[in-house]
Amino acid sequence: MSKKSLTINDVSKASPILTKVDNEDLMPLPWNIKEKESKDIAEGIQNDYACILDDVSVLNIPKPKTKEEEQELVDKFISGMKKSFSRTDNWTFLTMLETTMENCAKCNTCSDACHLYEASGQNEMYRPNYRTEIFRRIYKKYVKKEPFSDLRNGKVDLNWRTIARLGEMSYRCNICRRCAQACPIGADNALVAREIRKIFSQEMGIAPPELHKGGSVNQMRTGSSTQMNAMVAKDNVEFIDEDFAEETGYEFHTPWDVEGADILLIHNAGEIMAWPDNIAAFSIIFEAAGLSWTLSSEVAGYDSINYGVFYDDVQYARTAILHAQAAKKLGVKKIVLAECGHAHKALTVIADRVLPEGLQIPRESCFPLLRDIVKSGKIKFDPSRNNFPVTLHDPCNVTRLMGIIKPQREIMKELCPQFREMVPNGPHNYCCGGGSGFAIMHRNNIGDWRNKVTGRKKISQILNAFSDSRGPEIEKYVCAPCSNCKGQIRDLIEGYELLDKEQLTYGGIVELIVNAMVDVNPGFINWEEF
Amino acid sequence: MSLFVYLITYAGIVIFCAAVLKRIISYINNPMHVRWELYPVPHEGGGKAEYGGSYLEEVDWWKKPRETSKINELKVMAAEILGLKAVYEYNRPLWFVTYPFHIGLYFTVMFLVFLFIGSIAGLMGIEALTIMAIVKFTGPLGFILTICGAAGLLYKRLTDENLKIYSSIEHYFNLILFIVTMGVAVLTWLFVDPDFVMAKTFIAGLISFKLTGISNPLFLIQIFLIVATITYIPFTHMSHFFMKYFLYHDIRWDDKPNIDSPETNAKINVVLNYPITWSAEHIAGHGKKTWAEVATFNPEAQTEKEQ
Repeated sequence: MSKKSLTINDVSKASPILTKVDNEDLMPLPWNIKEKESKDIAEGIQNDYACILDDVSVLNIPKPKTKEEEQELVDKFISGMKKSFSRTDNWTFLTMLETTMENCAKCNTCSDACHLYEASGQNEMYRPNYRTEIFRRIYKKYVKKEPFSDLRNGKVDLNWRTIARLGEMSYRCNICRRCAQACPIGADNALVAREIRKIFSQEMGIAPPELHKGGSVNQMRTGSSTQMNAMVAKDNVEFIDEDFAEETGYEFHTPWDVEGADILLIHNAGEIMAWPDNIAAFSIIFEAAGLSWTLSSEVAGYDSINYGVFYDDVQYARTAILHAQAAKKLGVKKIVLAECGHAHKALTVIADRVLPEGLQIPRESCFPLLRDIVKSGKIKFDPSRNNFPVTLHDPCNVTRLMGIIKPQREIMKELCPQFREMVPNGPHNYCCGGGSGFAIMHRNNIGDWRNKVTGRKKISQILNAFSDSRGPEIEKYVCAPCSNCKGQIRDLIEGYELLDKEQLTYGGIVELIVNAMVDVNPGFINWEEF
Repeated sequence: MSLFVYLITYAGIVIFCAAVLKRIISYINNPMHVRWELYPVPHEGGGKAEYGGSYLEEVDWWKKPRETSKINELKVMAAEILGLKAVYEYNRPLWFVTYPFHIGLYFTVMFLVFLFIGSIAGLMGIEALTIMAIVKFTGPLGFILTICGAAGLLYKRLTDENLKIYSSIEHYFNLILFIVTMGVAVLTWLFVDPDFVMAKTFIAGLISFKLTGISNPLFLIQIFLIVATITYIPFTHMSHFFMKYFLYHDIRWDDKPNIDSPETNAKINVVLNYPITWSAEHIAGHGKKTWAEVATFNPEAQTEKEQ
């Protein structure tokens, strides 16, 4: 199916797939960097799951085998859609969903704001309004039962293919909400993607394994989506303390379960496994600044992730409550979120109207605190240690969705002489391509798709930011102060072989701070293999 | 016939007001939603709105006074309402046709407002020449700009592949309705009522319930079409003309924090006690009935214990 000839009703047709993005369709990248060939979906996956949208399978919807199963898929979706418009089942987002359904003018002003639509060479399926329009037509006809709905809103054929493709399509969006920012009316197509995900998870019990079974379920079971229980997490952090004390020449000890501490710091526990230097850097900075702080070993208390924010309100609420309970148990004065964007948004802002009385422990981002520490004069810095080109990636959840823009930049300007911005940045940034859970997905060819489509705009921005510093002789650093963004940028750098070819590496903001600390051995940041 | 048009007009006004009120009341009666703001939020004070910053950029933000700026908010609203700034920035080709359409409607609304004022003045025996001069200026300008914009939008929807597949019969009907209604208004102005004397008399009749006989067929058709269009608008997506207020102020710019506010806590208590009927096993499988019961229950910890 050609990307140009795609119509709304194609979603229901019995074609093998709806569309696909070929390499020649893709938005060109700067520097003529080499495009890798993508893998196909494994055959076994195609046999078991409804891989009928494109050449990727994120949601893994079991393929119906009988007419009855096909009908069941449709019926369950409609049942879930009815609940999406119920004031009790969906009090959280009903208002936003209803207003988007009723007021959108279908002007497609949102399209060009979407990095996926642009990166895919304007493939219709990636247009923010494409999935919303299918959802809207189903809603108006089968749930709202609007008279003359086909005439008023346009037709849609409802069959199992429509539902399976719509479900999968909800995972062709990073939910970065750049489209919503561009909408003149205030409609929110990203929200609709999330609402479709919710119907699949909350009503049909279908969610990507990385988010549900391997994500929020693991977190509730063991305390962390990494499956580290508290004892393992503590052991690992103890090793990190020892290793980095030796490496940095700076003695520090990460405190656990300190009752009455001022601050409960919650990391994304993935950092403990993948980026121990980030854990160490936080501990070094907090120790050097003389803060009263602690980590918690309560269930979910040492892992800030809240994947519910990507796909399921119930899992979201359960996790937010576990985080607050961990803080309450220790009697801390506040929770500080470490470098994890979605955790920032989930616990600081959304939880504001979810946490019941008694659990509303004040919550804040680490960035203002780090800015104040850097500017306080308590720690001595030598910015010349960071004298290499640095650019800053803005995690959507921290910037566009929370308005935390300046503190990171104040740190950069203080400590990184060659800091340069990406364009655009701040609240108008582009998503890294790993947003809404994609960053932790490596199944089948999802990694290839992330590099090729979802992260395309970001890698393009990164390369443009370093256009004056090309070549392997100049070490360059992308500061991505968010675990998921960092994972995605790591995969982009690896996928396009930019460490070898361009000496491009990545990391968080605390690594830059520690790298510039006079009391720490030089070379905290290095350009070795990831 | 004249009496019938008066009655239709009264009915149209009542239906329009009732439909607008119903939408607003239905919106207001929705349960409290979670925060879902988008930055820049223009009422952020202290220069933060300019770069998209927020009060969350401060350590211990809940202990500090919040700076807000109503003027910033009004500036952004003015640019959006009067300039259609978002369309201008993100969809320039569409702006060239949607702008005259919207500005045409603004002038038409101004025309109706000043005609109403002029009619009241007339009933009070005041000539109100300035008011009527504004009426004579805004009316034709509004009609013509709306026609141009609607025709441009219709052309776009019919020819632009990006819009075509998203356009339903309702879109075409709406635009044709505006072209026809404003077209008849232009014809009436040109050939029947160049100084809007007849229109003023009609409005005065509506206000004073003195249903003066008006027999010109074109004028009557004009009234019928205007009333039909106004009555129809709140039943369509064009309701965004008033719902946009809520979409911006209550959703996009709603950054009000809950600093243990008794009012918000009471609302949280209400929503957490709502029943929950989602069917997936991880929600429905444990016999919990309300959001509070479900959200405070860790099914995985329970499973661990059982094992």
